[in-house]
Parts: sequence; structure tokens; C-alpha cells
Amino acid sequence: MSRITLSKVAKAFGAVKVLHDVDLDIAEGELIVFVGPSGCGKSTLLRLIAGLDQPTTGTISIDGKDVTRVAAADRGLAMVFQSYALYPHMTVRQNLAFGLENARMPRAEIDQRITEAARMLDIAPYLARRPGQLSGGQRQRVAIGRAIVRNPTAFLLDEPLSNLDAELRISTRAELAALHERLSATMIYVTHDQTEAMTLADRIVVLRAGRIEQVGSPLELYNTPTNLFVAGFIGAPRMNFLPAKIGETRAGKTAIRLEGAGPLEVQAASAAAHGEVTVGLRPHHLRLVSDGEGGIPAQVKLVEALGSETVVHTTTANGDGMLAVLGGQHKVSAGETVHFRFDAADLHLFGVDGLRIEAVTTP
Amino acid sequence: MSRISAFLLRRRGGERWHWTDVFTWFWLIAGFLVMFGPAAWLVNSSFKTPAALAEFPPTILPYVTELVTVEGYDQPLPLYRVTLEDGTERVLAEVRRIGIVAQMVDPADPAEVIRVNINQRTPQRTVSFATENYVQPLVANDFLRFLWNSVFVTVMATIITLLTNSMAAFALSKYNFRGRSTVMMLVIATLMVPLSVIIVPLYSVISAMGLFNSLWGVILPTVATPTGVFMLRQYMLTIPDELIDAARMDKASEWQIYWRIVLPLTAPALAVLAIFSVVWRWNDFLWPLIVLSRRELYTLQVGLNTYAGELNVQWHFILAMTVVTMIPVVLVFIFLQRFITTGIAGTGLK
Repeated sequence: MSRITLSKVAKAFGAVKVLHDVDLDIAEGELIVFVGPSGCGKSTLLRLIAGLDQPTTGTISIDGKDVTRVAAADRGLAMVFQSYALYPHMTVRQNLAFGLENARMPRAEIDQRITEAARMLDIAPYLARRPGQLSGGQRQRVAIGRAIVRNPTAFLLDEPLSNLDAELRISTRAELAALHERLSATMIYVTHDQTEAMTLADRIVVLRAGRIEQVGSPLELYNTPTNLFVAGFIGAPRMNFLPAKIGETRAGKTAIRLEGAGPLEVQAASAAAHGEVTVGLRPHHLRLVSDGEGGIPAQVKLVEALGSETVVHTTTANGDGMLAVLGGQHKVSAGETVHFRFDAADLHLFGVDGLRIEAVTTP
Repeated sequence: MSRISAFLLRRRGGERWHWTDVFTWFWLIAGFLVMFGPAAWLVNSSFKTPAALAEFPPTILPYVTELVTVEGYDQPLPLYRVTLEDGTERVLAEVRRIGIVAQMVDPADPAEVIRVNINQRTPQRTVSFATENYVQPLVANDFLRFLWNSVFVTVMATIITLLTNSMAAFALSKYNFRGRSTVMMLVIATLMVPLSVIIVPLYSVISAMGLFNSLWGVILPTVATPTGVFMLRQYMLTIPDELIDAARMDKASEWQIYWRIVLPLTAPALAVLAIFSVVWRWNDFLWPLIVLSRRELYTLQVGLNTYAGELNVQWHFILAMTVVTMIPVVLVFIFLQRFITTGIAGTGLK
């Protein structure tokens, strides 16, 4: 268990800067998830923490001790790689023992730790096999086992579920969460899958182009995304963005004109500074209303009836795509024009600079 | 058995022989004869006496004229099948030959001497292996010593080759450093320099190091091979870097990464290089000939050369010792070839 602090960490490969002054404090026992699109620098950040790469500038400290120049092996961390990186010429037992042998641990203790990890992960029957003779899920467990036997101060997991099929991914995700609960160890988890991030994380770090966009608990990120990128990245299906105009401000309330949405007023002095804003609406927050009740008109392009819910793909009058997830089953067909309404409280407002405008909305 | 014949007689398409079937068989048989014929001739001829070797037309099997001890004669006499004037055929021993007449006796009745025209007799021959072709060089002519020298040179050179080349390949494939590709290009470039070009400077170096007339003088200049470095490097490039990162997280030292992770995974390429190295070093002739001038240090190839005199070539010894020279190379091939396939199967990563 340990606390990991990054301050002003930057990394450049030649002239290409992949990380820009990252500051982050990871608390003891926390499961923190780095999430972002590919190429955002999340794996690089993990490798810097692991010590496999050196930051160009900035410091990394574990439990208050500066480890920026400390070799990977001496940081007391364990890593689970995306490809598992099991040694193919060694049996599962040898794979688990390799790190412990290198640490000159007595044989008896190595055996004891392996037995324990094998029991915990249900890999005892495969200890004599080679990685090539195991299925993807079994290899995954071995890779995690190799990290566990080291008894590390923190676990680093680099997209550990990306090579598993969908079903296995969900069950392994649950196992990982249970494992974190049991070990109560610090875990840093890298993924590009926001569902994984939402389900596993204590806190999520959203990265884009080498910068931290937002850090917070999954629901914080979902409910109050600080910018358009986070709003679009967190939550599935992604948030709808509609352009809107700012009207006049009266008695501290600013009017927003969103086509067909009826009058909207927000209590946000800062909104007035923007001529145009973007309104964000989660697909789940849209309701279907019948004609004549107002609402945003939209033409239906595609209807996906999933039984418990209906996903409606539409385009608005000015050509923006809009997705609605409606609970239950609805009789809607492609080509129809429908009207959507929403609660003003569910609305997110973003300024022209893409940043969130804190607002108290009143209908 | 029926499956073998079904396999052998299988034809393209339907029932009739297609021309490609005929061509395939012709091609395979011709190829077999071309490849295997010389080796078979070599092995058979290595058991022939000098006289049988000089015979024309040459035979495939080693034949000798049968000898028989006849009462009243000190030396064993050669046996001939003779057609007498009355048309009967008898087996007689030749006592001596005068002009075109041979004086012969019946081994059962040595008192009577029969005169026979030499055209009327053909030698009675049996297959016999002249094992002295092997025994004499091995026992009397130091060939066991040469064999040992060759084995020593080959084994040592191969071990050092595998070790040094794999280290170079490891550095050139798994470490990023300035000038890595330049170094690789330089290594490859040395492929273009043939031995004959550097033979004189190499001799000076070896001589200055006091390695002249030493087996190490034969071994050391040959161990760094650009082919080996290149081959191993290309293979090591296919080993995922994540494995090395994982080993680093597992507290492995750089030496352990090389020795315990990279080297075992390179086994198939190492086996190929080992075969190459064994064949190269075993067949080396020019360089050992230059470095080694004392007879007790000769390798097999240099030793073979001693039978090819300026005036007289002792073919029977050369052939016999060539067979001896061939055996280890063939064995290496048979055993390491199997190792290559298991090696590839064993390292199937994911």
C-alpha cells in the first residue's frame, strides 16, 4: 500500500511531447483508472510510474520518497501487461517464482506465496503448464498472480482486459474489483474503455493528448464533466451536444435559446459572456412527447429496440445527430418526426472554450 | 504397407498417369541419385583397396580377388575361373604369369600345373571391405589426434560463437542507443570482406598474439560472425519488448534478462547458428592450414591434405578419412534438425 505522487511530470520522445506537466496524487489503497482515447499518453504515464521509462522533467514519489531515478525493480511495484508478457518457456510456477527468485527469497516462502496466489486465483491446476497451453482467461489470472506474489506496494495494470472476449471481460472485471477489495492495495489501471473505468474506479483520471482533463469519482465525472471532452467521453452512449444561443440576462437569469426546447433560463452570470453555448444532454435524459407539447423536433433515422429500452437515432432540424435512449418499448419508426423533452436539471452547459458553465437551471 | 503403396502410387486426378506424375517421379529419382550417389560412392569406395580404386570401369561395391593357400606355395595364390580348351570351367589358382600364359594349379591337386591363356581366365572375386583404410590412418597416422583437434576447435568455436553473437544480437535488438543501426551496418558490411583479403593482416595479428601454432589461433578469429549476429538479431527483434519490461519489473538484472529470458526464447535461431557454425568450423581448411604447422595440431581437413602428395595421392586413405570427417556433420544435422522443430513449437508465443 502506498501513496504515489506525480508532480509536473512531462515526457517527450525527441521533439514529440506526449505528457505535459501532469500533477496527480494517488491515495493509499485507491483504485485509480487512467482513461482516454488511444495515444493520449496513459500507458506512457503508467510506464513512468513503473520506472520502465524516465520522465523528461518532473518527479515521481512513492510514500513521500522521490523515486524518479530509482530503477523499476526497486520501486516495489508490480505490473500486469496488456499482452500479459508471461515467459513462454517457463511453466506457470516458474513464471510466478521468477521475480521472487531474483529477490533471493527463501524457497519455502516462494512456494508458500505461490500456493496462496494459486488458490486465490484458481490457477492451482495449471501450475505445471506453460502459458502456451492456457486459455486467454487463464493467462490473465497468471499475469495477475505474478503481480500478487510479489506483494507489491501498488499494482499497475495496463489494459489487462483488452485481450479477453466480451463475456470474460465482464466476469474478470468483477473479479478484479473483488481482488482490490480483498488486497486493499493501491491499483493504477489503464484502459480506453470508459465502462471499465466507471465500474472499477474509485477515481478516474481522464487524459487527452498528454494532459489531465479531469480527475474525480465516476459519478462526479458523469454528473459534472468539466469540459466537452470529458462530457463526451464518459457515459455510454455519449452525450448529445446541441448548439444554443444566449439571450438577454434579466434579474441574474440568462435565457438560452435552444431550437424547439421552449424557454430556458439559467442562473449563471458567466453564461452571459458567451454568445453561443453548447448544450449537453445525456441520451437517457430525453423523453418522448407527443406533438403539440413542444420539445426538440428531430427526425428518426434508426430505431434499435432492445426490449428493455429503445435507442432512437435522430437528426435535429439543423442537422446535428441526436441519440435518445428511451426506457421500455416505443412505437417509433424511421422517417418519423418526434419531439424530445428533458428536465432542465439534467442539462449541461459548455461555453465556446469548451469548459463547463456552472448553472442552476429553472424551467 | 498398402497405405505406403497407395501413397506412392497416388496419381494426379483420375486413374491414368498424368505427365506431372511421371515428371515428379523422374525428378525425385534423378535428384536422389545426384544428391545421394556421390555420398554412396564415397562410402563404398572408402573400403576399396588402391588397386580396386584404380580399376576401370569402376564398381560400386568393393571387390577383391579371392586368395587361397595351396600346399607347396609360400604365398596365398589368387583364384581364377578358367575356361579350359575342352570347354569345361574350373576354378584354379594362379602360380605365375609368363607373357600371355598363366601357370595355374588346382588347389585340390597342386601337383599338376595347367597352362592357360590369360584371356581364358577371369578373377574369382568377392565383396571385401578394406578396413585397413580406416585402421591405418587412425592408429598409425595420428588421425585420432586430428579428430580430437577438430572436435576441440569445432566445439569451442561454436560455443564462443553462440555466446558472443547472441550477446551482440541482444544489445543490437533490445537496447536503444545512439549509433545502433550504424553498428549493425558495420557488422553486416564485414560480410563483404572475404577471408582471402584479410588473411595476411589476420596472420600478423595471430602471430603477434603468440597464437601461431595453437588451436586457439584457429578458434578465435572465426567466432564473431556477421551472419550469426544478423540472424540472431532478426530473431530477437520478434521477442516482445513487454517480456523484457516484465523481467525488469521482476527484478531481473540485465544479465538475467539475457540469460534466462532472451536466450531460451532464441533457441531455434541458436540451433540454426549452431549447425552453421559446426559445419563451417569442421570444414575449415585454409585458415587452419596457415596457423597450424605442427603435425600434432592438425585438424582433420589439414590432415587429409597430407595424403595428397605432389607425386602420389593415397586415394584410399583420403576417401576413408573423408567418411570419418563427414560423420559428425551428419550427426549434428540429424539431431539439431529435430531440435529446431521442437524449438519453434515450444516458443509459440500466444
